[in-house]
Amino acid sequence: MSAIQFEDASRLFERDGKTFPALENVNFTVADKEFVALVGPSGCGKTTCLRMAAGFEVPTAGRVLVGGMQVPGPGPDRAVVFQQFALFPWKSVEDNIAFGLRNKNMAAEERRRRVSGVIKLMGLESYETAFPHQLSGGMQQRVAIARAYVLDPQVLLMDEPFGALDAQTRIVMQEELVRIARVNPRTVLFITHAVEEAVYLADRVAVMTRRPGRIKEILDVRAIRAAENWDRHERVEDVMDLESFVHLRTHIWRLLRDEKMALDG
Amino acid sequence: MHVNRNPLPSKVEAFSLGMAGLACFVAIWVAASISGLVPRQFLPTPWEVALRTYNLLWEPFAGATLPVHLARSFERFASGFTLAAAVGVPLGLLMGWFRWLDDMITPVFDGLRFISPIAWVPFAALWFGTGLGGPILIIFSGAFPPCLINAYRGARFVDRTYIEAAQMLGTGNRRTILHVLLPASFPAIVAGLRIGAGLGWQSLVGAELIVASAGVGYMMVQGQSNISTRTVMAGMIAIGVVGLVIDVALRQLEAFVRRRRGLR
Repeated sequence: MSAIQFEDASRLFERDGKTFPALENVNFTVADKEFVALVGPSGCGKTTCLRMAAGFEVPTAGRVLVGGMQVPGPGPDRAVVFQQFALFPWKSVEDNIAFGLRNKNMAAEERRRRVSGVIKLMGLESYETAFPHQLSGGMQQRVAIARAYVLDPQVLLMDEPFGALDAQTRIVMQEELVRIARVNPRTVLFITHAVEEAVYLADRVAVMTRRPGRIKEILDVRAIRAAENWDRHERVEDVMDLESFVHLRTHIWRLLRDEKMALDG
Repeated sequence: MHVNRNPLPSKVEAFSLGMAGLACFVAIWVAASISGLVPRQFLPTPWEVALRTYNLLWEPFAGATLPVHLARSFERFASGFTLAAAVGVPLGLLMGWFRWLDDMITPVFDGLRFISPIAWVPFAALWFGTGLGGPILIIFSGAFPPCLINAYRGARFVDRTYIEAAQMLGTGNRRTILHVLLPASFPAIVAGLRIGAGLGWQSLVGAELIVASAGVGYMMVQGQSNISTRTVMAGMIAIGVVGLVIDVALRQLEAFVRRRRGLR
């Protein structure tokens, strides 16, 4: 069991000596092996939610639990994929991926087996000895995902992982992620501002309000995906063309637009 | 708005301007020297200095030829500088990672670092006599602060995401310092080594005021007491040239590190 639970989680932040609420009483749960996408207007605190689950930040009130335990701090049971990849530029692809395993006193043979397994899974063969700066953005993010996956984490936290990629690469990566998630399902919290991406990837989509962020609505995509049999389509664009997909996407768009209008008006 | 300077003739231009500056410098020197404004004995002409430098390559002065003096000086410099780097860089990294160590050491360090290396000469002489320890102490005091400060600043201001990535991968202190802080601050560290080497080499003459055998500083002190200003200037030139060589070598290292990172 490794659910992520936000229980009345609130977070204040300080700027110029004043205190602002960033998150207010956030309540939702990502069930074990469930894929939840979190969308919301920019600055609404979605990344703060993820950072609290990762253990980089603590809630100022309420609790964030992973696997029933309050998050004690960052750790390899909750692997993070960052928007800016955060690969170590002084290490090769292979060494970046093996870095977390080396922290665990694992036998060299087992470590090599797992690294080469995940390199194959992510299609990184023949890039093992390359350095991050020699790779395209999409390849770098593959390495970052491989680095997280190789730890076999209970929970995967992805902070706009495809936000820095161009549109074509982004689509390929989305398809890859769906493929990997089928091979080996995990508890995933996925932050994005791209509504289509959220609907395509997630079991459920949680929509946040503008700052101070709260959960506005949670939509279950699973039932519609199963009823309309989205999975018969291999390609992202075919799924995104389906009427049920468009309907759901538009609904979420409207929710977000309401937030935007409230902000501007 | 960004204004482009005409890129084509700039290299040639820069070189010619450099040469022109050098020519002006030599011209003023020659004028001051031959006009009798300064007694000739106290300000030799460039060609007298050049000849003296050339002769010193073969003729011993103060017990050794110039290359032998230089070799002894370099030995002292290398010992002092290596010690400064070997203590300064690890200490700086540790201070950048452990807050308590930072809080403990910074006040002492800030109090000491503005004391000129020359100020240590009396103590170097009293504590070490004419042994190797004295010059090492003086060169160390010159080279140490930039080695420490740059390693510290490099480690303290490492991109947060690298540290967060290391944390979420379950990395302990030792591996974080060795595999994240050290490589991430490497460009800053090498820049610190460059500054430290420059300051250490500059402290050399002061360090060799108290030595009694050989060394460029010693040679210059002997030159002064014999009123051989040409010898003193030959020593100055030798120090300048070797200093430049050290700096160029470290700059190559810096460029190599940056290239490997794909920073340029």
